[in-house]
Amino acid sequence: MSDSSSTVDAASSPVVAVRDVQFSLAGRPVFQGLDLQARRGAITAIMGPSGTGKTTLLRLITGQIEPAAGSVTVFGESLATQDRDARYAMRRRMGMLFQNGALLTDLTVFENVAFPVRAHARLPEPVLRQLVLTKLQAVGLRGAADLMPAQLSGGMARRVALARAIVMDPELLIYDEPFVGLDPISMGVIVRLIGRIHRALGITTIVVSHDVAELAALADHSYLLSGGKVVAAGTPAELAASAQPAVRQFMAGEADGPVAFHYPADDYRAQLLGGRR
Amino acid sequence: MIVAALRRVGTVALFLVRILAQCPAALAKPRAIVHQIHNCGARSLIIIMLSGLFVGMVLGLQGYDLLQRFGSESALGVAAALGLLKELGPVVTALLFAGRAGTALASEIGLMRATDQLTAMEMMAVDPVRHVIAPRLLGGIVALPLLVAIFDVIGLFGAQLVGVGMMGVDAGAFWSQMQAAVELRDVAEGLTKSLFFGVACSLVAVYEGFHAEPTAEGVGLATTRTVVVSSVLTLLIDYLLTAAFLAR
Repeated sequence: MSDSSSTVDAASSPVVAVRDVQFSLAGRPVFQGLDLQARRGAITAIMGPSGTGKTTLLRLITGQIEPAAGSVTVFGESLATQDRDARYAMRRRMGMLFQNGALLTDLTVFENVAFPVRAHARLPEPVLRQLVLTKLQAVGLRGAADLMPAQLSGGMARRVALARAIVMDPELLIYDEPFVGLDPISMGVIVRLIGRIHRALGITTIVVSHDVAELAALADHSYLLSGGKVVAAGTPAELAASAQPAVRQFMAGEADGPVAFHYPADDYRAQLLGGRR
Repeated sequence: MIVAALRRVGTVALFLVRILAQCPAALAKPRAIVHQIHNCGARSLIIIMLSGLFVGMVLGLQGYDLLQRFGSESALGVAAALGLLKELGPVVTALLFAGRAGTALASEIGLMRATDQLTAMEMMAVDPVRHVIAPRLLGGIVALPLLVAIFDVIGLFGAQLVGVGMMGVDAGAFWSQMQAAVELRDVAEGLTKSLFFGVACSLVAVYEGFHAEPTAEGVGLATTRTVVVSSVLTLLIDYLLTAAFLAR
């Protein structure tokens, strides 16, 4: 009885839970009571305008920084009580795609993908080769195995980084702004890959981005951050139908609204006539 | 200011302890260390050899000018050898090492920080200190004494080129007096200094690179600080070691 209930608990419990998190950066409050969670097996989108702390949130979730108050729980374990070994053990269960790919520039594409495997497992070279080529094939870059990162386009670099992120078969895959700076073809490729990898591996996925259309096609559940809090949550359709001004402004890409077009400044007329800068 | 300086020294010392803890694991992969010896050492060879030659030639000129006033120009070999082995070789090589290999190390690691490569390693549960920092520190520590040895040899050749070839000092006297006067402990003194300088210069470079602000300006600042701190530290350590050797 207890075995089956704990199995159900594990299956239904969120993989990532952020509760009442407060965090400041250089004295500026970034999060003031942030609450959100990523359900097991779902694609969770975290959206928000630039500067709302989306990447900071990922750093909190991955244990790179610690909140001033509140808790972050990943795989049911609070990050606050983790030592370094426990944190590394947790990170072995997750993969992360960085905004710029973050490929190791002195290694070939093949060696970049093989890097985490070489660091953590002692696989015979033929097995390692097969594993790496399989992952590169999955992202369509098996033919680029011998290239150096400097020879790749932005989209290709991100696909290699994706192959590296999945090479250890993670349970949780985190994408930090995966669509930034990509041409429409590369963006379409990344959108398809995120969905395909999510389904094929049966993993939990978190995508942080401000690209509304791409996330609408992917996400099971979305959060919209603004002013250090979650201002809206729901399916992409629910967010699109929201009447909240902050949500409407973001989803429709309006220049002015709760997020003001003008940075706070003194009176325009007084400044022009007063001769001050 | 003193508290800040002490705190910085403490941070660097803790960083060194962290690297030393990872050195056994790094030594298990000697290929990475050999690669770094090549990076720091072989790529600095031209500048070290050229500088060694010119420093030796200047030493030949100045030494001859000084010694001939006392009618002792045949001791030029001894003067050049002791000057190079004990002082000029280790110090000038360390200063050049800080400017060539140290800045390369600091900017490389700083750029890895700025482009999230170090963070990516952390996210793959791979310790960047073990995989990036320890091999570079060990490579630098091995490379510098080797460069010093090469600098010394080329420097002696330069001194001989000027002293014997141009100033007419007897070649037999030049080499035989050097052989008779220079002792193993003189060589050991230079090598000991070069080991200390190797640790200091490499540690400063990897520390500054690892802790660089992840911006273009931050990497530039880290590179500049590497040269300044390494150079001052080299001269300070040189004084302390020289005083310690003379006090024995």
